[in-house]
Amino acid sequence: MRFLSILIAALWLALSTAVSPAAAAVADEDLKRLVDALGVGGFSEAEAAINALVATGDDRVSAILDRFGEGDLYTRKADKSVFIAEKAGSDFKLLDPVTGAEAGVVSKGEIEKIKVNNRIRRAIAAAVGSLTLRSPDAAIRRSAAEAVMKSKDAAAIPALDAAIEAETDPAIKQIMVAARAAAVLESDLPEADKIAAVEMIGGLGTRDAMSMLAAYTAVEGPVGEAAASAARTIESSLLVWDAAQNVWYGLSLGSVLLLAAIGLAITFGVMGVINMAHGEMVMIGAYTTFAVQEIIRTSAPGLFDYSLLIALPLAFIVAGGIGILIERSVIRWLYGRPLETLLATWGVSLVLQQTVRSIFGAQNKEVGNPSWMSGSFTIGELSITWSRLWIIVFAMVVFAGLLAVLKRTYFGLQTRAVTQNRQMASAMGIRTPWVDAFTFGLGSGIAGIAGVALSQIDNVSPNLGQGYIIDSFMVVVFGGVGNLWGTFVGAMTLGVANKFLEPYAGAVLGKILLLVFIILFIQKRPRGLFALKGRAIEA
Amino acid sequence: MLIAATPSQTAKRSSLVAKGLFGALALSMLSGTALAQEETIKVGVLHSLSGTMAISETTLKDTILYLIDEQNKKGGVLGKKLEAVVVDPASDWPLFAEKARELVEKEKVSVVFGCWTSVSRKSVLPVFKELNSILFYPVQYEGEESERNVFYTGAAPNQQAIPAVDYLAAEEGVERWVLAGTDYVYPRTTNKILEAYLKAKGVAAEDIMINYTPFGHSDWQSIVADIKKFGSAGKKTAVVSTINGDANVPFYKELGNQGIKAEDIPVVAFSVGEEELAGLDTGPLVGHLAAWNYFQSVDAPVNASFIEGWKAYTKNDKRVTNDPMEAHYIGFNMWVKAVEAAGTTDTDPVIDSLIGVSVPNLSGGYSAMMPNHHITKPVLIGEIQGDGQFEIVSQTPGLVVGDEWSDFLDGSKDLISDWRKPMNCGNFNVVTGKCGG
Repeated sequence: MRFLSILIAALWLALSTAVSPAAAAVADEDLKRLVDALGVGGFSEAEAAINALVATGDDRVSAILDRFGEGDLYTRKADKSVFIAEKAGSDFKLLDPVTGAEAGVVSKGEIEKIKVNNRIRRAIAAAVGSLTLRSPDAAIRRSAAEAVMKSKDAAAIPALDAAIEAETDPAIKQIMVAARAAAVLESDLPEADKIAAVEMIGGLGTRDAMSMLAAYTAVEGPVGEAAASAARTIESSLLVWDAAQNVWYGLSLGSVLLLAAIGLAITFGVMGVINMAHGEMVMIGAYTTFAVQEIIRTSAPGLFDYSLLIALPLAFIVAGGIGILIERSVIRWLYGRPLETLLATWGVSLVLQQTVRSIFGAQNKEVGNPSWMSGSFTIGELSITWSRLWIIVFAMVVFAGLLAVLKRTYFGLQTRAVTQNRQMASAMGIRTPWVDAFTFGLGSGIAGIAGVALSQIDNVSPNLGQGYIIDSFMVVVFGGVGNLWGTFVGAMTLGVANKFLEPYAGAVLGKILLLVFIILFIQKRPRGLFALKGRAIEA
Repeated sequence: MLIAATPSQTAKRSSLVAKGLFGALALSMLSGTALAQEETIKVGVLHSLSGTMAISETTLKDTILYLIDEQNKKGGVLGKKLEAVVVDPASDWPLFAEKARELVEKEKVSVVFGCWTSVSRKSVLPVFKELNSILFYPVQYEGEESERNVFYTGAAPNQQAIPAVDYLAAEEGVERWVLAGTDYVYPRTTNKILEAYLKAKGVAAEDIMINYTPFGHSDWQSIVADIKKFGSAGKKTAVVSTINGDANVPFYKELGNQGIKAEDIPVVAFSVGEEELAGLDTGPLVGHLAAWNYFQSVDAPVNASFIEGWKAYTKNDKRVTNDPMEAHYIGFNMWVKAVEAAGTTDTDPVIDSLIGVSVPNLSGGYSAMMPNHHITKPVLIGEIQGDGQFEIVSQTPGLVVGDEWSDFLDGSKDLISDWRKPMNCGNFNVVTGKCGG
């Protein structure tokens, strides 16, 4: 009964606005009555109430609906009246949603939040979209047009026509035209209009366009046929983009593998230490990032966007320091005894994990993304996320930096000398034990800064390192022990191969296939892709 | 009481630091001295405190310690104080069986609360059968099991998965389904049940996509892109996620990164609760769903006081509560009530008196232990909010009885379980009339 009266009220209001277009404003009490209806009944009733509000065409509706979407609307239990509630201490301050006037402070028990679910959120987006198509702000117009495109509401065609007429920005205009075409397909306009709409959407060539058309391919008659053929055209052009997408994902996975493995390429590849605690160095780097962010959050929130840059040197120092400590205390006694090294470092990895668990707790820690690493952009149909892009760039920089250190610095020269011929280097006056310690520290430190990057895409828990240790060894062995370029090519090859296998074989089988491939490859070339030649390898 | 509490705390700490033999040794020595000084009822806690599962199970260990603490404040059980014996099976499945044997045989505990993964439960089953002891298992699982010595206080598939699918179909109009899970027994069985259920409801085979990923999967780019592609066929699509543990965080991050909003493709998860969301910025996830029998946001006085007590006990204002904790809350209180009814902690009388026991749950109602050793629970669907909590958008009108043998699988639809006399069988076949499947 109540529902019916709302509808009638809405109709009446819509009619009155139609008669005198200048009077878009509705009397406060009438609008308030419609807003009150939002709090009555379940989700379907709320959806109807939203539509009733939109039908008024009142300027204040979109702001009210925005607050509704954010979950700020509450019902006062005493009289079922709806208010915007803002937290004031432990109580809530009530504001009249229509006039904005204050309506007193109440305790939490006296009001009840009006629930919002996905359905309501969709309804609000479509409603606000249709109301803000003519907004002076271009960004609002764009999101309005996108919302209307999603809602495919035939009733929005007149509003769209008007908005298209007035639109000056060509990009937004195109979205509006597409939105209109989507709405036309849902309307009962003549077939010719619909076919034109299909052609318009087909011309976009995007995945969204295909998704829009897919719903009509089964329709009988020329519209269905046109939609089916347009969808086929889009599909074939998307195939190319899909392949490009896979390459991109592969490079991105490859750069993650590279970051995780590159420290190991030094400790295992160059020094020959089977370091099972390598993953824990990555984990320590990630926890350093977490600690830095925690300090920034509490003392200097303005610096948050720089948190990663601050964390990088710290992670290098912390992980590198722990690495040197491990080398000095455990590993140096075990050179030349790979089995014991393996067991000892595995023990060290368990100790490190449990230490971190005792200090920080077993729960995942939240490491935030700085604003420049959040979100994504698209090139054609290729969607590229900023975090992945930065990680690729970062991996390249780390790789180049490490190459430069090993090839161009005195320390690098010493390292290479010691790994190639320990006795000779020692005879030349190089203090080999210290070179060992610092090389191990360098490898660990690099793992630490890899942890800073990985904290952005993986979860920061004491087990973080375990997930990477097998993959890291795989990359280093595949690429060729003792060769940084081998690690680079190995990581990228495995990344891209993995991403091309995944869609067909699934993630589990894909991984198995890759392992089988590596086993076969190692049979054929035991020293990996880029084998070191000469006497060095015999030592 | 003080004397009893201190050694067990020391034991807890030492088992954290030195795992395995040393911890067990110290533990048995310490609790041995405690026994000599005051007679207590021992309660075993079998949750991983190290290794991959520590993230989820440590909280449950704390929960039981908290519940024991509360019970002792009320005077204990049968006039005796309760004493927790905590062991660390270290996320190592065979070690679970060893530790269970240690608890029952050496420590002589009256009851054990423990396990998280199904494989750990399967690993300890023979021990509990052989030594005739009681295990309370608090986690949602795939069903297809009913043992005399085990009481399942987590959800069976019909108490979580099926109501969630029904909600999505009715409320969101979903017609196309992605069943994504981690590759092990719980997701595989649950997905098999869901697939059969969806097909029975008339969903075509090409509208169901099933995807499995390894434990701890961290690179979700191409799978999320696949889901996006699958969702662009013009029909409303949803993801039903049985992805477990650590893999969830990168999965949700990737969803956010690729701009998949809950309004477009909602994800309903069965293993993501308040605890898992604690490591995430939930801003981009608002509107994705989870199905549980309890949420921290449940508006009930009993829940408010539980949360308050929990925060005070852990001395941490940020600690969250979750569904498996509620399952332990229910299970623990059921055990206490059954022991008091039986007047003893001996296994057989307690098992008999547990059936039919009814205790308050945290959502303001009562849960009862059924003859199939599963309990009655309400099913709640919640949407993720920006603050890491859930807003309950749907709740079953009544309680749902846990159905151990799914009605949607060929092998199990004819089976029932009833541990009362005279049937006393966990897999009675109603067609052949025989016990044993």
